[in-house]
Amino acid sequence: MNETKIEVQKLNAWFKTTHALKDVSLTVPKNTVLAIIGPSGCGKSTFVRCLNRMHELVPGARQSGKVLVDGQDLHARRVDPVDLRRRVGMVFQRPNPFPTMSIFDNVVAGLRLNGIRGNYDEQVEKSLRQAALWDEVKDRLQHSALSLSGGQQQRLCIARSLAIEPEVLLMDEPASALDPIATAKIEELIHDLRATLTIVIVTHNMQQAARVSDATAFFYLGELVEHGPTEEIFTNPREPRTEDYVTGKFG
Amino acid sequence: MKSLGLRRGVNWAMTALCALALLVALVPLASLLWLVISRGLAGLSWDFFTSTPAPVGESGGGVANAIAGTLYIVGIACLIGVPLGVGAGVYLAERGDGPLGGAIRFTAEVLSGVPSIIIGIVAYALVVLPMRRFSALAGGVALAVLMVPTLARSTEELVRLVPRSLREASLALGVSEWRTSLSVVLRTALGGILTAILLAVARAAGETAPLLFTALNNQYWNLRADQPTASLTVQIYNYAVSPYQDWHDKAWSAALVLLLLVGTLSLAARLLARNRFR
Repeated sequence: MNETKIEVQKLNAWFKTTHALKDVSLTVPKNTVLAIIGPSGCGKSTFVRCLNRMHELVPGARQSGKVLVDGQDLHARRVDPVDLRRRVGMVFQRPNPFPTMSIFDNVVAGLRLNGIRGNYDEQVEKSLRQAALWDEVKDRLQHSALSLSGGQQQRLCIARSLAIEPEVLLMDEPASALDPIATAKIEELIHDLRATLTIVIVTHNMQQAARVSDATAFFYLGELVEHGPTEEIFTNPREPRTEDYVTGKFG
Repeated sequence: MKSLGLRRGVNWAMTALCALALLVALVPLASLLWLVISRGLAGLSWDFFTSTPAPVGESGGGVANAIAGTLYIVGIACLIGVPLGVGAGVYLAERGDGPLGGAIRFTAEVLSGVPSIIIGIVAYALVVLPMRRFSALAGGVALAVLMVPTLARSTEELVRLVPRSLREASLALGVSEWRTSLSVVLRTALGGILTAILLAVARAAGETAPLLFTALNNQYWNLRADQPTASLTVQIYNYAVSPYQDWHDKAWSAALVLLLLVGTLSLAARLLARNRFR
């Protein structure tokens, strides 16, 4: 087993009075993919948004418990969320490229806005290659990012996240707005990225979870019901609720 | 159930009524344009755009200094008003949910309803009296006060229209909040904000009352901020209330020039708005 990259201890999260996450504890080893499954509103997105402190940006949001990345508590007073988010990147459900920027500028947005100078050309090619988008856009890097299709936009957003070289990548249903071909490309990508990154991916699609992940966590009504190796969760779950969900009896 | 024929008839009649209402609403606008153009066009000449006003009784002369003065005073107003208005708008949109935001919003609303002549009096008391002279600066301050509230409110609306997902995308890249507001949110809303600025400028350029006792007027060239300065609107006013037919004609011509100026600005605003990313 690899060393632990992310350790979550008794994490609770609230929106105003809604208790969205209840006593969630789990660990993610380095260079593995954790899939998070569960019905809508079960706290999956809230969970990943706690991992890069995006949760606290929502008005009325609170949390308790610990999240450790490389053994360091994210919520310690001296941890700057801005620094943290450079180490823990995020890809959202809907592609959200910056509409006023070109493809090139989108990829380097994280570098440029953080005041990092350097040879952007190299970084852009590297990130776009990593995101399997380079061949499709190399001749039109100066075009608007909105000229791309939805699937290309999502891969552009992944390239944008990769350009700042994070250690962890959070993906919140990255393929739910995409067609099957684009989805397959993103899944392939996740396979390749595992070599350098630790990935947490939220998904509604059980086959996708089974295909891309090493471990799977099943959330229900804010609780972590079951967490284990993906194969086990899908073939031999311990909890009846997990079994009902993965076999499609509810959800 | 009513017959299809009857429904068609009602539909036709209502459409015709709406068209009629539009026509009636356009009558004042069209007649205004016609009047200004027909009476003002005759007085337009190269001279009118390039020379300063002639003394009473002499023929010729123009409003060059008034055109320059209007641009000058409005320019000062922009320098003061645009950063304040846009800044306040961004604040309202990003952090304006607390009591301070509510207070600013309320103030802006009240301020945008204040008659412009009262803003002129305030600028008179605040700038003209301490400086002991009428000045372009005082006029600029008055127009800026006029611009800020509307600019703040429209900037707020435009910034709020920027999708939350873009802000989150930026924050998730480890970009600080102020940088996100400036480089992502404001940049995305920029096209709309430019339009709002141009509309505010067009409105300010057409104001007379706040300039009457701030920038006053000037028959000569002036490009010093601490001197009385001519403006098209005050010049029109002075010409119009004079007893001379010659000056009345000049008032019409100056009105036409002002109309062209404001019309060009509005047109530019419309074009800018159209070229925004969709």
